[in-house]
Amino acid sequence: MNRALIMRLRGLLRKESLQILRDPSSIAIAFVMPVVLLLIFGYGVSLDAKRVPLALVVEQPNRDTASFTAGFFQSPYFVPVRFSTVQEADAAMRARLVDGIVWLRSDFSRRMLSEGNAPIGLIVNGVDANNARLVEGYLQQVWADWLAKFAASQGLTLNMPVQADVRVWFNPAVASTDFLVPGLIAVIMTLTGALLTAMVVAREWERGTMESLLVTPASIHEIILSKLVPYFMLGMGGMILSVAMAVWLFEVPLRGSLWLLMASSSAFLLCALGMGLLISTVSKNQFVAGQIAIIVTFLPAFILSGFVFDIRSMPAAIRLITHIVAARYFVTILQSVFLAGNVWPVVLPNIFALILMAAIFLGLARHSARKSLE
Amino acid sequence: MDAESKTTPASSRKYTDSALRLESVSKSFHAGGRSARALDNISFRARRGIVTGLIGPDGAGKTTLMRLVAGLLSPDQGQIHVLGIDALSEPQRVQSTVGYMPQRFGLYEDLSVQENLDLYADLHAVAQADRHARYADLMRMTGLAPFLNRLAGKLSGGMKQKLGLACSLVGSPPLLLLDEPTVGVDPVSRRELWSIVHRLVEERGATVLLSTAYLDEAERCAEVALMHDGKLLGQDDPAVFTRGLAGRSFHVFGTGISKRALQERLSAAPGVLDAIIQGSRVRVVTEQPVLPTAEQLGEREHGLEITPVAPRFEDSFVSLLKGSVQIAKTPPVRAMTSSATAATSNGSDVIVVSNLSRRFGDFYAVRDVNFTVKSGEIFGLLGANGAGKSTTFRMLCGLLPASEGSLRVAGVDLRRAAAKARERVGYMAQKFSLYGDLSVFENLRFFGAAYGLKGARQRARLGWALEEFELGAYADATSSDLPLGFKQRLALAVALMHEPDILFLDEPTSGVDPLGRRDFWRRINALAERGITIMVTTHFMEEAEYCDRLVIMAQGRILAEGTSEEMRARFRSDALPNPTMEDAFVALIGASENNRAGAAG
Repeated sequence: MNRALIMRLRGLLRKESLQILRDPSSIAIAFVMPVVLLLIFGYGVSLDAKRVPLALVVEQPNRDTASFTAGFFQSPYFVPVRFSTVQEADAAMRARLVDGIVWLRSDFSRRMLSEGNAPIGLIVNGVDANNARLVEGYLQQVWADWLAKFAASQGLTLNMPVQADVRVWFNPAVASTDFLVPGLIAVIMTLTGALLTAMVVAREWERGTMESLLVTPASIHEIILSKLVPYFMLGMGGMILSVAMAVWLFEVPLRGSLWLLMASSSAFLLCALGMGLLISTVSKNQFVAGQIAIIVTFLPAFILSGFVFDIRSMPAAIRLITHIVAARYFVTILQSVFLAGNVWPVVLPNIFALILMAAIFLGLARHSARKSLE
Repeated sequence: MDAESKTTPASSRKYTDSALRLESVSKSFHAGGRSARALDNISFRARRGIVTGLIGPDGAGKTTLMRLVAGLLSPDQGQIHVLGIDALSEPQRVQSTVGYMPQRFGLYEDLSVQENLDLYADLHAVAQADRHARYADLMRMTGLAPFLNRLAGKLSGGMKQKLGLACSLVGSPPLLLLDEPTVGVDPVSRRELWSIVHRLVEERGATVLLSTAYLDEAERCAEVALMHDGKLLGQDDPAVFTRGLAGRSFHVFGTGISKRALQERLSAAPGVLDAIIQGSRVRVVTEQPVLPTAEQLGEREHGLEITPVAPRFEDSFVSLLKGSVQIAKTPPVRAMTSSATAATSNGSDVIVVSNLSRRFGDFYAVRDVNFTVKSGEIFGLLGANGAGKSTTFRMLCGLLPASEGSLRVAGVDLRRAAAKARERVGYMAQKFSLYGDLSVFENLRFFGAAYGLKGARQRARLGWALEEFELGAYADATSSDLPLGFKQRLALAVALMHEPDILFLDEPTSGVDPLGRRDFWRRINALAERGITIMVTTHFMEEAEYCDRLVIMAQGRILAEGTSEEMRARFRSDALPNPTMEDAFVALIGASENNRAGAAG
């Protein structure tokens, strides 16, 4: 009996591998999609404000204003443009030529040290709230730096009520790529896992091959296993490619251990494969299976995993929903393993959650798959 | 039918047990709040060591029955025993034992022939040591040996079907379930498949359950079960079915009356069960086994020549159906025949095709095709799937440009003014291509409007369509809910809304039961009588008989042109005194292959 079981599994696995090799679509999903997504997110999408066009209005230029505005020209974050009146700068902002206006009034030199508040007018385009906040922050930084330098050069001590000594941990350069790329790996793995299995099983139904497979000695366990193993390998291949791109192309630090990364990825991939199998029991049509996979796995992984949008700032009801999004746990693990290291108190509960979810999804998939057409 | 390969009738052998036993099995499907009864209280047995045919049109419940037997569905009620195994409680044991070939062969198209065979050998745990002999045996039967390394997706329909059969045979199953294995393949492949099946039964003592919609295949089974609408109409040796009709089938030839007008009168005559056109004659099945006189057939003005012929299986199926369905005698198609436009064809050329070719890359789908269709003619394009019929059709409808050659439809050169020709042409596509979510009336109105019908003319045509095609009662019904026969009627009505002179029909009767098919051809005949030119494609060889003239196509070329009688006569011999259209087709294919081999050598 055992010999027959091994023979059946070998046959099914060989068939699946041949199909993977001959059908470019699964290779494309596993390897081309990660590369494309990583390139888009790594290079195209950035949450950092860089080269922000800024209007400078200096009503009465002198030595002090010149030394202050010089800071903007040196900053990598701004592209300053000079305007002689606020009205002109205002018009430029409305035409979206600049994203902010720095307005140094005529009494700049007089008020800059004597009074506690800065004699600078700052107008920021608030349409993009995120960008506006960043511009505001940078500007304050430039102002504080200049003020400190100016005071030192005059042999004075600044008397500020609170002096913030800021140090950024885990991502000292505050580069958003370092934050985006690990999270993106979770989104990519969701795609390869769920989309691939859902589509591949649906394809067997669509082409009528599942019907003949069912009327053979192969049990439903063997059929499920033959779908899990090859796509697990393919998914891990995509994962390794993504990690390699992250580390060598985007120079994201990998501070935790590689084996922990692989172990948690395996747990997550099993989750995603389980979801895909579950979808395939509902839909026997590739198009519908693809749609369902994107709506119930990919979009939540994108929006509700904390990959881009911070879960803590979501409304309570949505926060609750994020607990059933497997990618949420994986994003947390990836971000800590990449940027912080093996932080066990963070990693352990999340891995446990992933293993639990994988068990649930695979169990449900096994439960709802039957050797029948009903 | 080839009598040599036919198995000895079951009655002459002694069988003690059944391979298959179904007791009062019913099965319904539910979808979207509606439920359809696929099988209605079926009790049925298949004996060991013979071929049992499950025969009936699409929607009869054949596939449902096959799937129940394979343990892929469970019945709402009833018992199913397969080789002594209870299929309800132990479906896996059934699935491990039987060989099953589903309708689309269940092949992995991106795997080669050898890889497909290996997969099924692995699944059935055939020992490596046994494989060599097993494969050799299967290759001998199927002739697939030269194609072992070819991808299954690149095989022809007939070879796919043989590979599917080989895959289901790798495990040497004692029971073989074949679901419509012959649908859509050419007659030559069909014959080869049947001879493989018969050899399996004779050499290995296998039991075969085979479903088919082709009635002419019944005579190749040792026993047949006739199905219609989820019910079993009867089960017996096919000869028993036809025996009941002995002396009730006749050929009628009328002088001075067109075959179509004659057929219509005969179908309305009392005592006539069935009347269909066969070549220049009308085949009649009567209620009583007496030679009818012209007077009895209600025909006084014209001389009739009536000769008795041997009954066919289809005759018995139709008479069984008519008995079970209790339909009223169909009234003659009124308005069409009494139409003001004269019922004579003036004989002018309506479609002229010369040196037509169509290439896809370096593959010729259609090669150097020539034919002419005269007005008022029913012209047939006969051939298996992939013969180039649909490509020719698409070019004639102006949907696909020709690579070479010229095409004139209704005097218009299609290369210059396809749109202009399309106004004169009605087209009925192979699949139901109307809007399923719209009602019958809405579909008619929409397609009428698409052809520019409006105002009083639109109202008049809508009224005509509903009355002519007896769709009035269904005007508000959602089209997708209509029975197949009514869908087909609606599709025909839509194609005729703008009163075209030429009607293109692409596989119009595919899947329709024999009665539906008769109803359809009755309408087509009436249209032809009215002077409309009709061009039809079909892979049903017997439908060639309805055509005035036809061409037979294979591999993109025309093999023969003429009337069905001329073609059959060409292959009349001592061995085949009464060749069928299929015999003629198979002989033509053989001759063309010999020619090519000769030319190559």
